[in-house]
Amino acid sequence: MEKIPNQKAWLLVLPVFALVAFSAVIPLMTVVNYSVQDTFGNNKFFWNGAGWYHELLDPSTELGGRFFASLWRNLAFSALVLTIEIPLGVVIALAMPREGLGVAFSLVVLALPLLIPWNVVGTIWQIFGRSDIGLLGWALNRLGFDYNYVANPIDAWLTIIVMDVWHWSSLVALLCYAGLKSIPEAYYQAASIDGASRWAVFTAIQLPKMRHVLVIAVLLRFMDSFMIYTEPFVVTGGGPGNSTTFLSIELVKLALGQFDLGKAAAMSIVYMLIIIIVCWVFFTVMTNAGRDREPTGSEP
Amino acid sequence: MARIDLVDLAHSYNGATADPSTFALKPTSMTWRQGGAYALLGPSGCGKTTLLNIISGIVRPSRGKVLFDDRDVMGLTTQQRNIAQVFQFPVIYDTMTVGENLAFPLKNRGMPRAEVEARVREIAELLDLGPHLARRASRLTADAKQKISLGRGLVRADVAAVLFDEPLTVIDPGLKWELRSKLKVLHRALDLTMIYVTHDQTEALTFADTVVVMHEGNVVQTGTPEELFTRPDHTFVGYFIGSPGMNVLPAEVSDREARVAGHTLGLARSYGAPPAGARIEIGIRPEFVHVSAPAPGLLTARLERIDDLGRSRYARVRVGDLKMAARVPNGMTVGEGEAGLVFDPAHIHVYADSRRCEGKA
Repeated sequence: MEKIPNQKAWLLVLPVFALVAFSAVIPLMTVVNYSVQDTFGNNKFFWNGAGWYHELLDPSTELGGRFFASLWRNLAFSALVLTIEIPLGVVIALAMPREGLGVAFSLVVLALPLLIPWNVVGTIWQIFGRSDIGLLGWALNRLGFDYNYVANPIDAWLTIIVMDVWHWSSLVALLCYAGLKSIPEAYYQAASIDGASRWAVFTAIQLPKMRHVLVIAVLLRFMDSFMIYTEPFVVTGGGPGNSTTFLSIELVKLALGQFDLGKAAAMSIVYMLIIIIVCWVFFTVMTNAGRDREPTGSEP
Repeated sequence: MARIDLVDLAHSYNGATADPSTFALKPTSMTWRQGGAYALLGPSGCGKTTLLNIISGIVRPSRGKVLFDDRDVMGLTTQQRNIAQVFQFPVIYDTMTVGENLAFPLKNRGMPRAEVEARVREIAELLDLGPHLARRASRLTADAKQKISLGRGLVRADVAAVLFDEPLTVIDPGLKWELRSKLKVLHRALDLTMIYVTHDQTEALTFADTVVVMHEGNVVQTGTPEELFTRPDHTFVGYFIGSPGMNVLPAEVSDREARVAGHTLGLARSYGAPPAGARIEIGIRPEFVHVSAPAPGLLTARLERIDDLGRSRYARVRVGDLKMAARVPNGMTVGEGEAGLVFDPAHIHVYADSRRCEGKA
């Protein structure tokens, strides 16, 4: 069949091009542009090449030191919340009722934390944890624990981790629940006929069938926790000291606090690359994990 | 291994208080003997899967009991009943190899490793899965996956019965035949009671010694394929088994005569005066009616079309408003127009309200 050349088709994709340009390409290129220049205000810019990047990636400089310190904090935070939220979400999903009124009830209850705006979540826990008037902080102190998230870095970390678990475990649970619901009843019937124990049903059926949603859950929770800003900012403001200053908080300090646009832009780019690379590696590993090396086809 | 008795079993998915005419399974009592190869045959929605799931314990019946060797098993789980069941669509454990899949039911019951391996190897050989034991099961075709499901059903030697719920639905037609013969061989080799649910009469008739035909929640006939063919107890059996199905014609019957569309047919047996008020029909398989040239004394019919089934030809004919099928004798050329129908009186059955009447010789 002969193709009919029709250049008018380009007009039809023009709106998409325009939209993507304004929503992604132009803002991103602005940041790239800033990251290779220096400015002293007055809208005057000077070429700085890869200078900011060199400084950023060298831990001995002031900028590099701050960057790596908050990067490790961020990685530790993400690792901690993932190791808590993923198993917890799976357990909640397994415990949820499969039919009846309980389904609607538990779905609504689980969805509630997800519906609360992030800064409200931060405010709730900021007040909840205060040792003078907060229910949690006051009660802990009355019980004899010396708990004060404003002064003690460990208490601050505990508070934001518990807050994140409270806020986001539901998401993992809901995703896993959807995965569980998609398992045909015949699998459970077959397993019961095969005499499988509860644990065997979990490892042989439920976990493998939940693998795809778990990959999504881990990716979403990693990206979200790695980019966390609002809640710790509202609760601790990055303190005490710099103990809860994550990359995003550092970035805002640099860009808006110190107006170091070049440094902040370089940090943004590196920050974004880290997230993309980690997600890509994780996704590739997880989607290949279930495959044999042998080729498909040639069946018995 | 066990004899299975169903005692006054009935089930409704809307609870025991539902209208009895809506029951998925109407009150049924029957016995499945140890070592039998049974087929449960009927159209979709006739209650055959319900019956199967009641035997295996997946569904709790609204009424009645199931006995395994005279022991009431109603309180037992599927696992305790020691039943194997193969479902319509392949159920395999994705993360396991073919061998691990087959070994799963045995390992769960704590069988020693050496015995598990021997048994898995034996079943895998029977199903031609031997060379694939080490492969990951999730990568196989639907055919091979269903073989694994079959294998898991057959791997335990001590089961009370193996239940198959339309297990060959996803299998290629060519392979279907092969697997069905294989199941028959396995049945002889393993001495297991097998119950095979299907809506395909060929599958049922080739697999089973005893075919149980179900219709709208009732078991309408239990018998050998031969019995179902020559003496259908219910017009539904006549219509459902055989291709083309039995001709069922409204008739007036008295003693040894039947009047159909104004024509009198002689009967081989005497039926006296049939029950008053009942719907009386006669049934005759197309194999036992043949077409000939119109002649006095023969029922005259209008030829509509000829179906050539290869080995035999059947004429679709019309007598007034009645449609029938009749065999066309070999070598006969038939054209358009009218034909006479010759009935074999020995194969005419009389039905009152769809149930066969037993005549007197």
